[in-house]
Amino acid sequence: MSADQSLASILEHALADIAASADLAALDEQRVRFLGKKGLLTEQLKMLGALPAAERPAAGQRINESKERLQAALEARRTALEADKLERELAAGAIDVTLPGRGEEGGSVHPVTKARLRIEAIFKQAGFQVATGPEIEDDFHNFEALNIPADHPARAMHDTFYFPDGRLLRTHTSPVQIRAMRAMQPPFAVIAPGRVYRCDSDMTHTPMFHQVEGIVVGESVSLANLKAMLLSFVQQFFERPLGVRLRPSYFPFTEPSAEVDIECVFCGGKGCRVCKHTGWLEVLGSGMIHPNVLRAANIDPERWQGYAFGMGIERLAMLRYDVNDLRLFFENDLRFLKQFP
Amino acid sequence: MKITHSWLKEFVPSLAPPAQLAAQLTLAGLEVESLAPAAPPFEGVVVGSVLEAVKHPNAEKLSLCTVTTDGTNRLQIVCGAPNARAGIKVAVAMVGAKLPGEVTIRRAKLRGIESQGMLCSARELGLGTEHDGILALAADAPLGQDLRAALDLDDTLLEINTTPNRGDCMSVLGIARDHQAAAVRQLLRHTVEAVPAAHAEEFPVRIDAPEGCPVFASRIIRGVRAGAESPAWLKERLRRVGVNSISAAVDVTNYVMMELGQPMHAYDLGRLSQGITVRWARAGEPARLLDGKDYTLTADCLVIADDAGVIGLAGVMGGQDKAISDTTTDVLLEAAHFTPSAISGRARRFGLFTDASQRFERGVDPRLPAQAIERATALLLRIAGGQAGPVSLTHGTEVTAPIHVSLRRERLARLLGAEVPDAEVAALLGAVSENVTFTGTGWSAQVPSFRFDLRIEPDLIEEVARLRGFDEIAPRHAIVEQKGGEASEARIPLTRLLTAMADRGYREVITYSFVNPEDQRLLFPDLAGLALTNPISSELSEMRVSLWPGLLRACAQNLRRQQPRVRIFELGRKYLQTEQAMREVETLAGVVAGSRRPEQWAVAKESTDFYDVKADLAALFELTGEPQGSCFVAEKLSCLRPGRTARIYRDGEAVGWLGEVHPGILRKLDLGTSAYVFELEIDFAFRCKKLTFKEFSKFPGIRRDIALIVDEKVTYADIEENVSVSASGLLRELRIFDVYRGQGIETGRKSVALGLILQDSSRTLTDDDADAVVTAVVGRLRQKLNATIRDQ
Repeated sequence: MSADQSLASILEHALADIAASADLAALDEQRVRFLGKKGLLTEQLKMLGALPAAERPAAGQRINESKERLQAALEARRTALEADKLERELAAGAIDVTLPGRGEEGGSVHPVTKARLRIEAIFKQAGFQVATGPEIEDDFHNFEALNIPADHPARAMHDTFYFPDGRLLRTHTSPVQIRAMRAMQPPFAVIAPGRVYRCDSDMTHTPMFHQVEGIVVGESVSLANLKAMLLSFVQQFFERPLGVRLRPSYFPFTEPSAEVDIECVFCGGKGCRVCKHTGWLEVLGSGMIHPNVLRAANIDPERWQGYAFGMGIERLAMLRYDVNDLRLFFENDLRFLKQFP
Repeated sequence: MKITHSWLKEFVPSLAPPAQLAAQLTLAGLEVESLAPAAPPFEGVVVGSVLEAVKHPNAEKLSLCTVTTDGTNRLQIVCGAPNARAGIKVAVAMVGAKLPGEVTIRRAKLRGIESQGMLCSARELGLGTEHDGILALAADAPLGQDLRAALDLDDTLLEINTTPNRGDCMSVLGIARDHQAAAVRQLLRHTVEAVPAAHAEEFPVRIDAPEGCPVFASRIIRGVRAGAESPAWLKERLRRVGVNSISAAVDVTNYVMMELGQPMHAYDLGRLSQGITVRWARAGEPARLLDGKDYTLTADCLVIADDAGVIGLAGVMGGQDKAISDTTTDVLLEAAHFTPSAISGRARRFGLFTDASQRFERGVDPRLPAQAIERATALLLRIAGGQAGPVSLTHGTEVTAPIHVSLRRERLARLLGAEVPDAEVAALLGAVSENVTFTGTGWSAQVPSFRFDLRIEPDLIEEVARLRGFDEIAPRHAIVEQKGGEASEARIPLTRLLTAMADRGYREVITYSFVNPEDQRLLFPDLAGLALTNPISSELSEMRVSLWPGLLRACAQNLRRQQPRVRIFELGRKYLQTEQAMREVETLAGVVAGSRRPEQWAVAKESTDFYDVKADLAALFELTGEPQGSCFVAEKLSCLRPGRTARIYRDGEAVGWLGEVHPGILRKLDLGTSAYVFELEIDFAFRCKKLTFKEFSKFPGIRRDIALIVDEKVTYADIEENVSVSASGLLRELRIFDVYRGQGIETGRKSVALGLILQDSSRTLTDDDADAVVTAVVGRLRQKLNATIRDQ
């Protein structure tokens, strides 16, 4: 067998053995076997000196080429084996990513509060300040100053809770109007959210509910301004353009007065059970502040004028979140509350 | 109030169809709440005449009627009604007729005799509840006419919500008038034809309370048919507007009230003595009214009285003694004007709510009484016969001068934010008032006597805006002063507290501000709650002195609904009665019950405890930027479990409580598991100081752990204080990482493991520095707390 044949044979065996190495240890054995100090290829190099000088360069080159091929094969095999090993380790470390995470669950914010905060945000951005007032009120702030004298028929619309000393639970947030107007210098824009109370309890009434009152006083604050504000409020609150109509009505503390209807959010104004087939939903009361009310707040009605509105938060929350029973808001059932993250 | 389309059409011939009319009325301020057909659908019912009625040969209670529906045919109909008699006009359901309730009339044998149709009662036709007998129609009803046409049953009912300022719209005439103004901008003028007097007799009336009764009209009608009944058309109209038929005279007064708006009363003249007087009641004076009940009056009640006493509460309800009966033949009609202030609130005070009081409280036209008397006379004579005397008008006060209200053009434009052409303003004012004159800068209008709501300029502005339509006003955004809004850091904003609580797994609830006083006594025996005079129920009758009563009830309910874990909170007021005043205190409170964590894998199931909730509160205090300002001190509160109750202080001020609910109270409130509650007064608990950046050290720190054994009674606060005092300013943080009792530790002692993080701001600490601190700390703990140090 010639030296060439022998080299070719060694190379062939070596490549096969490298390819057959099952792990890094076996691969290292092959490296030693061929390229170690006493390795078969190393032996070939050692035998180079025995060749005639003229053949040496060519033979040396062939051996070196074989060595390089062998080293490349070893390297490739090692990379492959290492990749396999890593892959096996990773596979062994796989977890079930569909198992739920650990820890506390999320809480929730009451839908009435959610609605209130959104209402506040909308009006604050329009320049309104937020005011509050007492819930235990006197007759003056809840009725007299709002142009509702004793025995006024409008009092029958307010089923009032009384205390033995004549004080009462406010029946609307309107008393805050009076308090705010007395405390501030016009022009101003104020909203007053809060709890209100009426002595009434059935399918569609709870003895306590929430309102937001709004007042704007200036030298030329007009009904047209009120309309524009309400239109943009409704659009922001429901996040879509909805038809709004002002319907003449009566409140003792405003003149002119208007009920505000929005296009039914359920049927888009076509008429359905919720809107009693009218296509409209009553959402709030509004009007231009009555001169007597301005006077009661020590504001000169000849110079100043303004608008006021009041809305029920539950009503808006029901329309916004499709809640079909008012009483759910006060039953505090976790199955209900969980739906309002 | 209810009105019918056909009735309104008598006043407005060009009336729009019902749906369109409803929209018009609503947009002009007369909100139509509902539209309903006057009668349910039925067919095949015609006007017939009973020719003969004899007893059914085989049945005690049935009769055999011979009926004609065209004058020639003769139908044999078996009928069970007691009022089936020859000569009356009836509603005949012919064979094949379809009645409400999917009833089809067939030829049928009743007790052996064939019946060729049915005579209908009001109820069988869906015209009310009357079922005592068959419906008797007017004598002049045309034979064979379809009943729907005969009784105008294809009419529509409109339920109108009249606002309290519009007393003038509480009648068919009033609504017609307002509609006419809105729809065609014309003032509708209605006149009633006078009935000439057939005799000269008048009844004496005296007015002793002229301020309450400016005018009182009366008229004697003699010789009416006793027990006369109203004709079907009148009964039917009253039924549609929700009034029961009583007798011809009473029905007529009700009809006139519904039509013209003037409440009236009919007295049995024979039961009246001497004369009648309108006067203020004497305090304590008794009255028995038409509802059969006895009332005790106060001196501010206006009454109609005769020599014997009160015969009616003016403007509210008539008396029982002088009422019309089946035998009445002579009638005294009354139509008076009572001022709103003389009537307001009186009915409500006695728990009454009558058509009359509703109208007088809101204001009835003072010029209406005479017209109403004429209208009622005409109707009564037509229905029950009789001879009318003259209309007597007794005046309490002179007829007041007409009221003029002026409107400035500039104010109109400024208030509405819209320009209305002068001609249009004049036309609109002319549709609701008289004698409109232009003054150069505006208008002056004479207010009609029936409009009690037009007194000041904005009232006229409203009329212009309303009749023109609010839709005509184009929305325009206000130009406002630009001022910066509030963004204070002086206190944690409520929304931040809300978010923090929700993010820590709490659910916000809203409970009623009034609670069950029994719960309140149970939890807070020493606090007085403010009681409501007229609570909705005893369970909701006292203002809460804490949010806990409501929260604990909500917690118990959720546990009953099989919720294993309750973490709820509320932001709201409690109402504390102090000697000086009532304080409404904004409060954050919560209840926690059940497991520490939601049930999950690889987390041990443990009940929640004091420290879980404390961590939540600490997280809130963290938001103030000054968590060290809060401290929890072991104190006692009767509703909380002793030894597991902490009062919470901020900067030395008591701001709330945290604790486990007392087991005795858990039982009484039906809570099956232990529960922790907390309550914080928001104004004081969450005040913040302005945040200020503090340099932090660039040098590495050293940690030293100490394990010490101390008596049970030594608190962590004691240890913390002694460590920080002795750590010579190098202690950056103290961590407690274990508390152990049991094997290896004597009874009554506990082992506490501390981690001291030491750091200097100007240099790297050496081990010697750290050792020195540890030595000092250990020395102090030994000396002050009788601590022994466990070997490392």
